[in-house]
Amino acid sequence: MTVRRGDIELAGLTKTFDGVHMAVQGVNLRIPNGAYCCFLGPSGCGKTTILRMIAGHEDPSDGEILIGGENVVGLAPVQRGTAMMFQSYALFPHLSVRDNIAFALRVRGLDKAERYRVTDAMIEKVRLSELRDRLPAQLSGGQQQRVALARAAITEPRVLLLDEPLSALDEQLRVQMRVELQRMQRELGITFVHVTHSQLEAIALADLVVVMEKGEIKQAGPAREVYASPKDRYVAEFLGGQNVLSGKVETIADGRLSFAPLDRAEIAVPMRANARVGVGDQIDVAVRRDDIELLRPNATISTGEQTAVPGRVLAIEYQGSFVKVMLDAIADEEFVAYVPERSFFRDPFAIGDIVLAAWRIDHARLLGR
Amino acid sequence: MSAAMTSSEIRSKHRAIAPSRGGRPWTFYALAALFTFYVVALYGPMICIYILSFQDVRGGLVFPMKGLSLHWFIDLFTQVRTGDVKGAFDRSIKLAILVTIITVVVSFMAALAFRRRFPGDNIVFSLMIGSLVAPGLVLGIGVGLLFNALGIETSWYGSALGAQLSWTLPFGVLVMFAVMSRFNPAWEEAARDLGATAWQRIWLVMLPVLAPGLVAVALFGFTLSYDEFARTLQTAGPQNTLPLEIWSMTLNVTSPSLYALGTVTTIISFLIIAAALGTIAWIQRRRGARAGMR
Repeated sequence: MTVRRGDIELAGLTKTFDGVHMAVQGVNLRIPNGAYCCFLGPSGCGKTTILRMIAGHEDPSDGEILIGGENVVGLAPVQRGTAMMFQSYALFPHLSVRDNIAFALRVRGLDKAERYRVTDAMIEKVRLSELRDRLPAQLSGGQQQRVALARAAITEPRVLLLDEPLSALDEQLRVQMRVELQRMQRELGITFVHVTHSQLEAIALADLVVVMEKGEIKQAGPAREVYASPKDRYVAEFLGGQNVLSGKVETIADGRLSFAPLDRAEIAVPMRANARVGVGDQIDVAVRRDDIELLRPNATISTGEQTAVPGRVLAIEYQGSFVKVMLDAIADEEFVAYVPERSFFRDPFAIGDIVLAAWRIDHARLLGR
Repeated sequence: MSAAMTSSEIRSKHRAIAPSRGGRPWTFYALAALFTFYVVALYGPMICIYILSFQDVRGGLVFPMKGLSLHWFIDLFTQVRTGDVKGAFDRSIKLAILVTIITVVVSFMAALAFRRRFPGDNIVFSLMIGSLVAPGLVLGIGVGLLFNALGIETSWYGSALGAQLSWTLPFGVLVMFAVMSRFNPAWEEAARDLGATAWQRIWLVMLPVLAPGLVAVALFGFTLSYDEFARTLQTAGPQNTLPLEIWSMTLNVTSPSLYALGTVTTIISFLIIAAALGTIAWIQRRRGARAGMR
């Protein structure tokens, strides 16, 4: 397999700041050239530390970082061919938009005419020509982000690293700038590595979503795979959109196993190939919230194909295209159904109603533990 | 009808917010009086001196004013009996400039160093603050004694410089800490990310961003040195600095020359402060102006 210039490979990457606690432990990952990769996880999960190690602002305690096939540990950021876009952008407050973007060329010793020629082309690209002579303080959040992006991209890096690039913006702008980031990534055709704690952002942008917890990778894969087929309870809950049920395995037969969550009747789940589960084991099962159908308690379901749990409606939130209905189907756990708006209002439920939450058995998913 | 009601409602609401519309509460007058007293107490004595320095040849050391002229200013710079005012002034300015430069450079570097923990950082910091707490006169005598013991002549540019630095440096470093705390370390990291060397990071990012703060530290160093007395008294050697000259004049000059000197030094101080503040304003305006350009 040929290695391309923007390929990133992390091998056994480990970081500890105090020698006791591991910020990042033994991370292995391949990010292909030109991919949009999102590291997703709660604060303190080590995602920013990995980004900073790739950028060269932090040295790994152990392991290797390969960019384009060469080990870059110990090299300066410029030698790595990476550029970083900082959280809240870190634009130089004393320099105009133009001089901010030209900074990398200035420190390389390009003369003024030459560096402004290159810079102005970039300014054109990110549509900032009008604001060329403004100071960062005179720009809006979205404009600042475009300056930061242009400043990082001017060196024509092979990898662009973005540290929570959208967290400084308000909701509406965030969605707008998300599109802008994607556009820039396609235009530049280089590898983007983006760190975020927002699953919405990650699945909207990324070709490769990397879910992290406590310094380790929990699951890495395409957005749809990570969202629709979470590997375990942590990933399912972090990405949301899933109900997770736990219980002891009662029987295993015909490629299905049945388990009993707490006081509930037995529920069937398809057995997964290569899953090592025996009778009596504690298991987690995920059911997508939009796979759940709410029925009146006297409704009949086709046993063998469907399964259902009864519950009381605790709360109803109107979300526009769907209605979020919260049930007390499982003790102490959230159980939510996303009901399409039209079908909900055909026969609306009220808070306190007893309902039957039903789903197709083959839509449920056995999670790893 | 309803419109009238609304407007009266608005008015009544207005009244609820500012109960004494048109008149101020009595506390305003009490506090204004207190503030006036404070200003008079602060500037009154100095203003008396400035006024008395403009008397004519018959003038004395106390009110009432006798005539109006610049006689004592001329006297100050021409008469030998008033001492070497010009020389002292010259030395004080040179010394203050020297102290300013060393203070700015060293405290900038110290603040850079203190951005990270290093072994013994607490001890270094405590030692620094210690020299701030030590009584100036005692410290001055100590420096004088040390130079004596080492057999080095005390002088305004040697021992006095050292003694003054023991005063201006800790102050400079403390102010620089405050200046530095407003510097976002991400700026430096971004510069590094873009390929700037350590020197380029300092010249192109840190110094320009911190420039107004550095001017403030310089002003601080200058004024502390320019009127420093206690530490300089035993260390200045045979040639006086301006504060020492003024002090010795109070002992043996009994003419309004003394007051004229006070007026002149005040004017110089004001000019220096104005220059410093002007520089800060200029830096900021230049940034604003450049930003406004198309």
